[in-house]
Amino acid sequence: MRKVAVIGVGNSKFGVRNDVNVAELAFEAVKPSLEDAEITAKDVEFVALGSVGAGAWYEELLPAVVTAEYCGLTKAGLVRCEAACASGSAAFFTAYSAVASGQVEIAMALGVEKMREIDTPTAMEWIGRAGYYLWEFHNFGMTFPAYYAMHATAHMAKFGTTEEDLALVAVKNHKYGSMNPLAHLQNRITVDDVLSSMVIASPLKLYDCCPITDGAASVILASEEKVRQLGVDTPVWVAGIGYSSGTANLSRRRDYVGLESSVYAAQMAYKMAGVTPNQIDFAEAHDCFTIAEIMAYEDIGFCKKGEGAKLIREGQTEIGGKIPVNVDGGLKAKGHPIGTTGCSMIYELTKQLREEAVEKSRQVPLKNYIGLAHNVGGTGHYCYVTILRR
Amino acid sequence: MSAMPSIKSREIKIVQEIPISKTVKFWEGLKEGKVYAAKCTKCGRLYFPPAADCPECLTSNMDWVELSNEAEIETFTHVVVRPTTFQQSKPYTVAIGKLAEGVKVLAWLTGFKLSQVNVGMKVKLMAKVTPEGNPTYEFVPP
Repeated sequence: MRKVAVIGVGNSKFGVRNDVNVAELAFEAVKPSLEDAEITAKDVEFVALGSVGAGAWYEELLPAVVTAEYCGLTKAGLVRCEAACASGSAAFFTAYSAVASGQVEIAMALGVEKMREIDTPTAMEWIGRAGYYLWEFHNFGMTFPAYYAMHATAHMAKFGTTEEDLALVAVKNHKYGSMNPLAHLQNRITVDDVLSSMVIASPLKLYDCCPITDGAASVILASEEKVRQLGVDTPVWVAGIGYSSGTANLSRRRDYVGLESSVYAAQMAYKMAGVTPNQIDFAEAHDCFTIAEIMAYEDIGFCKKGEGAKLIREGQTEIGGKIPVNVDGGLKAKGHPIGTTGCSMIYELTKQLREEAVEKSRQVPLKNYIGLAHNVGGTGHYCYVTILRR
Repeated sequence: MSAMPSIKSREIKIVQEIPISKTVKFWEGLKEGKVYAAKCTKCGRLYFPPAADCPECLTSNMDWVELSNEAEIETFTHVVVRPTTFQQSKPYTVAIGKLAEGVKVLAWLTGFKLSQVNVGMKVKLMAKVTPEGNPTYEFVPP
């Protein structure tokens, strides 16, 4: 396998984007990524698009062809990748593999999601159906918050994690969201705001949940030879990628205090990169709900199982702490356009590793120049972990 | 729903007919008050939800085994904000319970006050038919 680098990234403004359709939104990410890489759309030989709601929460059934045409990418090899909320990482893995294998020199991973063209209960219906419709939705109406709420209940019962601990994750991520102009939610909040917000699926409340967001992100990958040929100043190398999956039925999991697919994917990525968790400078972790970030700390090895709450209580995942996590606001405040998130995580890792995070106030200190992105699809139904190194 | 100019897409209604010919014994069993799991005749693995095929030994020779109704709650949540097709329901509690046989079941938990529900609690699994005529199963007080 060849060495592969990220040479260009772009990220649209996240939020309720009823001013643009799916292709126009994708353009907002594709354009800056091409400019960043100093190439044209014609140079891209393969495009992997991550998007989930085609035909469900937005009208286009074939978003890859629609966005490729709109962005001038037609003729490139093209595929849509689905791995639920990890679709962006699945697209990144597909584009990476196309380059690493020697098939192409330049590939693009593009995430795009338009979730706000339908009403909220219908969005909850579609996302709730994503799991095992027949056995967990049809008669029982499981929602996405409900799946994670079950993990929160179990984690609290086993380890004494509290609703205040969960709230601290939301407070931290809103703080960084307020410092990121691309973020959907830019308001700072307090623990009391979280605790007094309405219950969605107990014990999770409104402020424990990520918003329903529109957004796009684009990543351009190139081979080592191409990097040299193009004279790229600051290539950011793909050091490791790991992946795994979990059962469709939640009832067939071993326990509800973590996600085994996160553990496996992380171990695989660390092994490929030849690094240990304590060498990671900062991370993007999948915080679709506050409990998800606490479980992620444990599952990807930033602390022992059951000690995630301690990490957030001590402020160890803030800038200046042991391992800053989600300093772009995370899914919780930056927003979670589900097929986009994986590519948006790579955008943030790349910007940080190049030390060009838009706002200097949220630039993480870099010692080893290594960042990690942890992207979960569903409730551990899919997981991808990507490690980048400058 | 938006202040921005927009065009409404054409409206469609989607209803899928889900085949159950291979698990019809399970769905019929619910109407008789029984909850069945599928057991592989070759390796003896027990499957819930029931499966017509064993992915471990690739056999399709499965037996139907009636489950005992004793379960212990492993986790639960009370769903307040509900999806479109559950808007007519009151908020509901969903739990995962482990049965004496070792398999786990995800189902509604009824007959308790939410404040009484906790992890480790003993409950009973009961087959039932909803007022609308849908066969289902629930956890209820023992």
